[in-house]
Amino acid sequence: MKENRSGSTLEGLLKSGQVAVTAEVSPPDSANPEDLLKAARELAIVSDALNLTDAAGANCHMSSIGACALLAHEGYEVVMQMTCRDRNRIALQGDLLGASAIGIKNVLCLTGDDVTIGDQPETKRVFDFDSIQLLHTAKTMRDESVFLSGRQISASPKLFLGAAVNPFVEPIDFRPLRLAKKIEAGADFIQTQYCFDIKRFQDYMETVRRLGLHEKCYILVGVGPLRSELAAEFLRTKIPGVVIPDALVNRMRKTPKKKQREEGKRICVEIIQKVLEIKGVAGIHMMAYRQEDIVGEIIEEADLLPRPDKEMIQ
Amino acid sequence: MAIFGNLRNHPHWLETAYQLVEKIFRIADPLIRRIGYKRVDRWMHLPEKLSKGMLFDCQMCGQCTLHFTGMTCPMTCPKNLRNGPCGGVRSDKTCEVDPEMICIWVEAYERSTKMKVYGNEIHLIQPPLNQRFAGKSAFINELCCGDNSAPPAWKPTKGTEILL
Repeated sequence: MKENRSGSTLEGLLKSGQVAVTAEVSPPDSANPEDLLKAARELAIVSDALNLTDAAGANCHMSSIGACALLAHEGYEVVMQMTCRDRNRIALQGDLLGASAIGIKNVLCLTGDDVTIGDQPETKRVFDFDSIQLLHTAKTMRDESVFLSGRQISASPKLFLGAAVNPFVEPIDFRPLRLAKKIEAGADFIQTQYCFDIKRFQDYMETVRRLGLHEKCYILVGVGPLRSELAAEFLRTKIPGVVIPDALVNRMRKTPKKKQREEGKRICVEIIQKVLEIKGVAGIHMMAYRQEDIVGEIIEEADLLPRPDKEMIQ
Repeated sequence: MAIFGNLRNHPHWLETAYQLVEKIFRIADPLIRRIGYKRVDRWMHLPEKLSKGMLFDCQMCGQCTLHFTGMTCPMTCPKNLRNGPCGGVRSDKTCEVDPEMICIWVEAYERSTKMKVYGNEIHLIQPPLNQRFAGKSAFINELCCGDNSAPPAWKPTKGTEILL
């Protein structure tokens, strides 16, 4: 974790030891660049990098690489999310080169939600790679300047490589060990699934520290506001991998409907403050789908504003 | 079929059987080479498909990783993850794609902790599948071209030292 291999601002920031804030942007169902830029503008003020999802939930939107290209062109720091669901190894390796050439410096390597979860469940799944194989391939291309075939790459893609982890689901004991695998495969930074269960996350981080993994990668904890009690129920029953403890859902339930959004925001701020106290946590990753308007307030209340000046980093 | 389900929960027996079969093939390798890998592959096809099919629900990917994955076939994962599990496992340990089915990687991890010989191999990273091997005998593939199954520039990893 010494030299900055990618020239990425996010990497520079994390290396400087400052808390990083990344925020998720859902690319629009539109071919109009303004629809994307509008969503990005406000979030970029309160975060250090924007994640662009790659057909999240297996639903079509503007492509991650297209959206990243637009935003990178405007000078935004982006994290391109890349899944193995829709592309085989030939396409993935080509996209890694293309992304780097466009000026994208951070890539989050994911397996991807299954096609059956989206609105076109009849789709053919690809999964030629899994996330760990994608990470290892990207690392090989960056560090060895070759494709997997062994063919030379004349200018290797300079990328800061990310991976996702979910510490909250079974097999709980294996989760820190799988993180070790991702680091070995090439992960420089990690963005976690939504963290609502602090206790479980503390236990996870304890094992992570015992294995020394927090010194080998930067861990950004996934957080987000619950809009209402119904939204909390929806998230935990319908979205695979999201765990919300009963205590939190009850807290939302006891709050009058009109004040639930405020309460969800407060819970989110509390979670941010608690996770940032845990040793080995390098920052947070905001996922506020359709609640992007309150991200700024949350970051401010969590005392994370103003964000460091990007020009000053590196 | 209950007997096979029961066997799967005794991964130590299975890994011992696996070890034995592999040894037999290694010893028989010179003979198999003389007969011709292609020809033996044709003979092996049906017996291997039937036996591994009944025991592991084998999909004939041609690159058996059973001993790396708790004697649980990773190709039965709907996403075919060779380095699972994904982050979508439900709280009752079932699969995000098929809620009727226990996540095969939950089973793989639990079983690997009961395996004395190959238990630690679950910490090794598996290379991407070589699609040219699909539909052929995994044992013959291993003998004739095991070293060339991963992509040429794929560097095998050692598993984080602390874990092994």
